[in-house]
Amino acid sequence: MTDADQPILVATGVVKTFGGLRAVDVEQLEIRRNKITALIGPNGAGKTTFFNLLTGFDRVDEGEIRFDGKIITGTPPHRLAAKGMVRTFQLTKALAKLSTIENMKLGALGQRGEKFWAALIPGSWTKQEEEIEQRADAILQRFNLTHMRDEYAGTMSGGQRKLLEMARALMTDPRLVMLDEPMAGVNPALAQSLLELIKALPGEGRTVIFVEHNMDVVQEIADWVVVMAEGRIIAQGTPAEIKTNKAVVDAYLGAHHGEDLSQVELT
Amino acid sequence: MDWGFIFERSFSAMIGPEVVVYALAAVGLNVHFGYTGLMNFGQVGFMAAGAYGVGVSVYWLGWNFWVGIIFAFVYAGVLALLLGLPTLRLRADYLSLVTIAASETIRLLARSRVMRPITGGVEGVNQFAGPFYDLSPFELGQFYSFGPFKYLGRDVWVLLVGWTLLILITLMVRQLMRSPWGRTLRAIREDEDAARALGKNSYFYKMQSLMLGGMIGAVAGVLQVIQKASVQADTFNPVITFTIWTILIIGGPGRVWSPIIGSSIYWTLIVFIENTLRQLPPDVRSTLEDTVQLSDFNISMLRFILVGLGLMLLARFRPQGIFGSREEMALDRR
Amino acid sequence: MTMSKSRWSARLVLGLALGAGFGLGGGAGQSAALVQAVQEDLGVIGTLQYTDATGAKVFIEGVELSIDDVGGATTDKDGNFRIPVSSPGEYSITLNTATLPEGVTLKDPSRTNLVVTVSENADQRIIFPLITADTVLEVSESSFSVRRVSQLTLEGLKLGLYLAMASIGLSLIFGTTGLVNFAHAELITWGTLMAYFFNIYGLVGTFGFLAGWPAPFGAGVNFIVATGLAAVMGGVLGYVLNRVVFRPARNSGVSLLAQMVMTIGMAILLRYVFVYFFGSRYRVYKDYASQRANSFLGMELTSRDAAAMVVSIIILIAVGIGLNRTRTGRAMRAVSDNRDLAESSGINVERVIAQVWIFGGALAALSGTFFGFDTVKWDIGARILLLVFAAVTLGGLGTSYGALVGALMVGIAINWSTLVIDPELKNMTALVMLILALLLRPQGILGQKQRIG
Repeated sequence: MTDADQPILVATGVVKTFGGLRAVDVEQLEIRRNKITALIGPNGAGKTTFFNLLTGFDRVDEGEIRFDGKIITGTPPHRLAAKGMVRTFQLTKALAKLSTIENMKLGALGQRGEKFWAALIPGSWTKQEEEIEQRADAILQRFNLTHMRDEYAGTMSGGQRKLLEMARALMTDPRLVMLDEPMAGVNPALAQSLLELIKALPGEGRTVIFVEHNMDVVQEIADWVVVMAEGRIIAQGTPAEIKTNKAVVDAYLGAHHGEDLSQVELT
Repeated sequence: MDWGFIFERSFSAMIGPEVVVYALAAVGLNVHFGYTGLMNFGQVGFMAAGAYGVGVSVYWLGWNFWVGIIFAFVYAGVLALLLGLPTLRLRADYLSLVTIAASETIRLLARSRVMRPITGGVEGVNQFAGPFYDLSPFELGQFYSFGPFKYLGRDVWVLLVGWTLLILITLMVRQLMRSPWGRTLRAIREDEDAARALGKNSYFYKMQSLMLGGMIGAVAGVLQVIQKASVQADTFNPVITFTIWTILIIGGPGRVWSPIIGSSIYWTLIVFIENTLRQLPPDVRSTLEDTVQLSDFNISMLRFILVGLGLMLLARFRPQGIFGSREEMALDRR
Repeated sequence: MTMSKSRWSARLVLGLALGAGFGLGGGAGQSAALVQAVQEDLGVIGTLQYTDATGAKVFIEGVELSIDDVGGATTDKDGNFRIPVSSPGEYSITLNTATLPEGVTLKDPSRTNLVVTVSENADQRIIFPLITADTVLEVSESSFSVRRVSQLTLEGLKLGLYLAMASIGLSLIFGTTGLVNFAHAELITWGTLMAYFFNIYGLVGTFGFLAGWPAPFGAGVNFIVATGLAAVMGGVLGYVLNRVVFRPARNSGVSLLAQMVMTIGMAILLRYVFVYFFGSRYRVYKDYASQRANSFLGMELTSRDAAAMVVSIIILIAVGIGLNRTRTGRAMRAVSDNRDLAESSGINVERVIAQVWIFGGALAALSGTFFGFDTVKWDIGARILLLVFAAVTLGGLGTSYGALVGALMVGIAINWSTLVIDPELKNMTALVMLILALLLRPQGILGQKQRIG
């Protein structure tokens, strides 16, 4: 396998237990580079918990996670951004009392002005700040948010905030973008723009994983679908394959409630 | 009624020593809460650290006064570090409990028999401020008048130094908050997890904020005890912390000039009210004393009643203070 | 269950009506003599006693003490004396050793007089150490003697029981509303102040005072009745605070942190309103103010403290049963554990919250009454608030059993700590426990992990 074919993210034997219940129990998951992978499953399947484990917001009980071949299990979230991994949140975290442009500038990594002593001397960081601002404005334009540039993020609509969160995440120049329910609460018009923006990411050399409930969205943009139920991965495949997968359908409808879904025969 | 006296006192109070001390403490709290969202209810503890830092090093260790000042500063920073290391991971309301407990622990320890050799116990420490006043170009015991303002020479000197420090520190804070460092603090205030996801080590920033605000609080403490020329444990009680909170909220948390404006408004108001009441004609005062128990002692209690009432009303109806916008307040609704 | 609201409201109305009625109708005719000023003369006070061979305290009657040019006094059967003075200042008190009983002498025979400063706030207490031939002069009693440890344990239990009553309310308020109520201290103080007023001035005088009459008046009621009334008034205040201040804030969507700051403001407001109307002088109840300690099993306990402890235990058991068996109690626990779940199962959350405030207020007031046994102070609640926080945090914010466990632990730990540290610093033990609890196990002993950030 050439470097380009090596999976960007690998999770092995990852387990997380809450009060006796296995919330996550993933034997093996490989995320392919420069593709868009969707993570789906019924409510309570453990998708967000798994997300949290992958992004360092929660600690695994067992298992190993590798990013670009290097172990990142137990790495705190703020270090992962520097490695090239960024995530968004289910409940959008647009920083309300900062302006849109400030939100954006926050996302840039390696800012000299973020160090205390340097902060006191504007000369040491103003040039870099200008560069960052230009980059931010460029992204805002792509996302069609330029008109909100100097407004408080808190005054934006829910959909605009989702866009902002994603735009801001791109400021970190990530190689892996992890979106937790990017479409939730977004009106159809904005949703379409968002979809286009996500679809463009692999072209920039970025990999995308996103959690989603809406199967139409998944059908439209996912290259690969991973299905979770009750903490386990019960199926993987292209959107077309998954659509007709009996086990998956049952998982959503609960027909095989109680049985070990991974053992159910795939049609 | 001597209105001339009342106005003279009120004008003097507007920019007087208490205003400077409390404004400095509020600047520190502004860094903690206004910009970083840290619920520090122990700011008076940092003031005490500064005060005792200077007092103890001179009284017990016999150090040079100026060295003592530096020591006070360092001591407050170390205190912030020790306090912050274990607690900055805690939720806001738990942090508030720990900070109150810590500041009360400091006060109880400082006033105790056991610590008497070091801190002077209940009576505290005095006779350390000499070197400061030696530098004064003003006659210490003489009154100076500038228009409606009137102060003793020693206080003029304190005010000169104090206001200079206050303005410089405020400008420094302004510069910091306009920088990416400040932006990160504000991001942490809004949502710590978002900041972490974007690569910021929130714990580290919170610690820096705690230390900075704590050291500024120490400056306030040092100034206060220099002005009084004595350090006494019981003056560093929780009600002072809450007065500082009220002052910060009056101006509006997260705004550069809030502490100064809030402090000035508070003290002018208090001094005005108290002096007006005291200047009422004797028969009016007598009637008031009989009907609403407005004795001399109780007039001094009014300021605290006002702090309590003010804090309640501000928190409820105008938590963004004078300078905050309605917009910002609307953004606070959860 | 419709117990609380209507009954409390009725009592409040009745009380205010009585007070107002008397205030209005009787006002014009009241002579000055009936209107007692709340402030009294200053004085120098003390208790003369010695420890006999069995280790029990013996109070000495009939000893004369005097202050030159001011006056004198003779100790009563409880060994107490009081010499009134007209103004604050320094005074020299002389003990007439000729009036001491056989075999009793001053520990330091040369110090027959003491100089004290009387401040404007309170009577000044002085101590003349007395010994008999039997007294072991160097009390080098082993710090860890069984007698001392058991006495301290008893004291710890007492403190713990009183703290528990104060803490349950705080814990439940947090559990049901998420609010750390800093004004709980004032609910405690309110209890002791009310007990004091009812004890000294009775129903009419107290309600008249509350309704706006310049000063309380009248004859007092029995202390036990006063305590009961104080508990009632505690419930009333709790209800009022929730109804008038916090429910509207909750409904307006005021954030929890802002509400917490409101409780702080309210605490300061109430505290200084108390000192405004009550004065900064420390007082004592009319009955049971000072008592001889009974000895049993080598430990000492006054009858009044014993009774209070028994009452506390009974009440705490009743609370425990109530929380488990009654519908109201179970509803409280349900809302405290998981508010949304409770609401969706049909529980009227606002009503439960009101009940919690009433209930918590009444308990806090009752504990305040007991805390006031030594002296009644305007800041009694503030002094122990941090102890209450420590108890509640240690046990687990939000659980009532946790509050009980935490309170007992804090009470005993504080007292035991005097074995190794200076008694002046014993309250710091609680503060240290609070800090440690928050660092090591923020959810407390009985709390659940999810509650922490």
